[in-house]
Amino acid sequence: MTAMIDITDAEKTFTMHLQGGVELPVVRGVSFHVEPGECVVLSGPSGAGKSSILKMIFGNYRCDGGRIGIRHQGAVIDLATAEPRQVLSVRRSTIGYVSQFLRAVPRVATIDVVAEPLIANGTARAEARDKAGALLRRLNIPERLWALPPSTFSGGEQQRVNIARGFISDLPILLLDEPTASLDAANRAVVVELIGQKKRQGVAMVAIVHDDEIRHLIADRIVDVTSFAAAA
Amino acid sequence: MAELQDLTPDDQPLLVAEHLGKNYGRLTACRDVSFALYPGEVLAIVGESGSGKSTLLQLLSAQLAPSAGRVSYRMRDGVLRDLAALGEAERRFLFRTDWGYVHQDPAQGLRMAVSAGANVGERLMAVDWNHYGRIRDTASSWLERVEIDTARIDDAPRTYSGGMRQRLQIARNLVTEPRLVFMDEPTGGLDVSVQARLLDLMRNLVSELGLAAIVVTHDLAVARLLSHRVMVMKGGRVIETGLTDQVLDDPREPYTQLLVSSILPA
Repeated sequence: MTAMIDITDAEKTFTMHLQGGVELPVVRGVSFHVEPGECVVLSGPSGAGKSSILKMIFGNYRCDGGRIGIRHQGAVIDLATAEPRQVLSVRRSTIGYVSQFLRAVPRVATIDVVAEPLIANGTARAEARDKAGALLRRLNIPERLWALPPSTFSGGEQQRVNIARGFISDLPILLLDEPTASLDAANRAVVVELIGQKKRQGVAMVAIVHDDEIRHLIADRIVDVTSFAAAA
Repeated sequence: MAELQDLTPDDQPLLVAEHLGKNYGRLTACRDVSFALYPGEVLAIVGESGSGKSTLLQLLSAQLAPSAGRVSYRMRDGVLRDLAALGEAERRFLFRTDWGYVHQDPAQGLRMAVSAGANVGERLMAVDWNHYGRIRDTASSWLERVEIDTARIDDAPRTYSGGMRQRLQIARNLVTEPRLVFMDEPTGGLDVSVQARLLDLMRNLVSELGLAAIVVTHDLAVARLLSHRVMVMKGGRVIETGLTDQVLDDPREPYTQLLVSSILPA
């Protein structure tokens, strides 16, 4: 098997105990795979479970059934049953995730927020910061902002910091949740370029994008999430 | 197709709890707790007052004898030893050197009437450092690391603010380069802005030093920022456990859902 991600019959149901134990089925029978250098875009209306699927691949949401095979350090690990320590190891060296919103850490400078994933993986601080600076410049974050914590930035600026943080590592899998949602045309084009670069490096990507034009530019394949609808 | 069974086979747990329990007469404070903590791993124990989380911390740090089960710790020679069977010298080594214990109230972990420098230096003297100049230099560099003005080195923590006291307590604990630190509500009595600074500092120190830590907190934001893994306690039992962001973003148990949904949005 060469696939970086191989999902078979994954499913997710939320049980809302505070609402009298209501069961909210989200997805069922999720099956698709992603090859190296390929960008698969999940499509479907809001609430179809696209973000939930991304979160399951990242180990952020638990998977109630099926299998989420991830190629990690030369072997395949099933994230649906992995131990917390294994999930952390997968996140450190295999899967990166660009969430919709930056979860700001108080007091940490923007440049360090971006450099952190590299430093956590053993890159020297100076080198990591150089790389972070280059990415921030490319995403049009002015240098005078780099020393400030991003919590005071505008939505679009925060998202670009988030993108820089997500793209800085050389991880073989990247998950993108609406990476261009609040960006202007120039910055959207930068993100499209960055995604193209990752493809050429052989990175396997799963993305959610609502913008048809962007989707057309980055998608190698589209997986329609409505076919995994779990509602009875 | 090879299945990955164990990511790092050499990696062995630092501390292992097996079926740990504590009764006070007919009252059960803590029941059947089992887990393994690995080097460099930060575990948060969350739950409200009376859930048994403080009792558990005292059992894990050998300050309280369990009524059932046991706690084992991997000593520096690599051998996993039952804490209850340690000799006095080994216990002293753990308490003074290889472990840190950060109390919620810094007054419990510091000597309030002696200087900040002596508070940090004392742990070094306990491990046979005897060169005054070196002790003072080390103490001073630790004050800097926890962002305390070194001009205050000769002042007693009595004269410090709450946030400074807590940072001093952290310096005192970390100066001997422990492998495991226990923290009991480390941000408990502090203002929110002081908390943020302390959390950021602890987060950096823990990752720079590769420390393992067990943090008891009722504050889920603290758990999210500091810990890799979380255990949720209720009525003396662990009711849910897992990766921190998984438990907080996708809580399964009714009580955990209640805790998570009770956070007031900022």
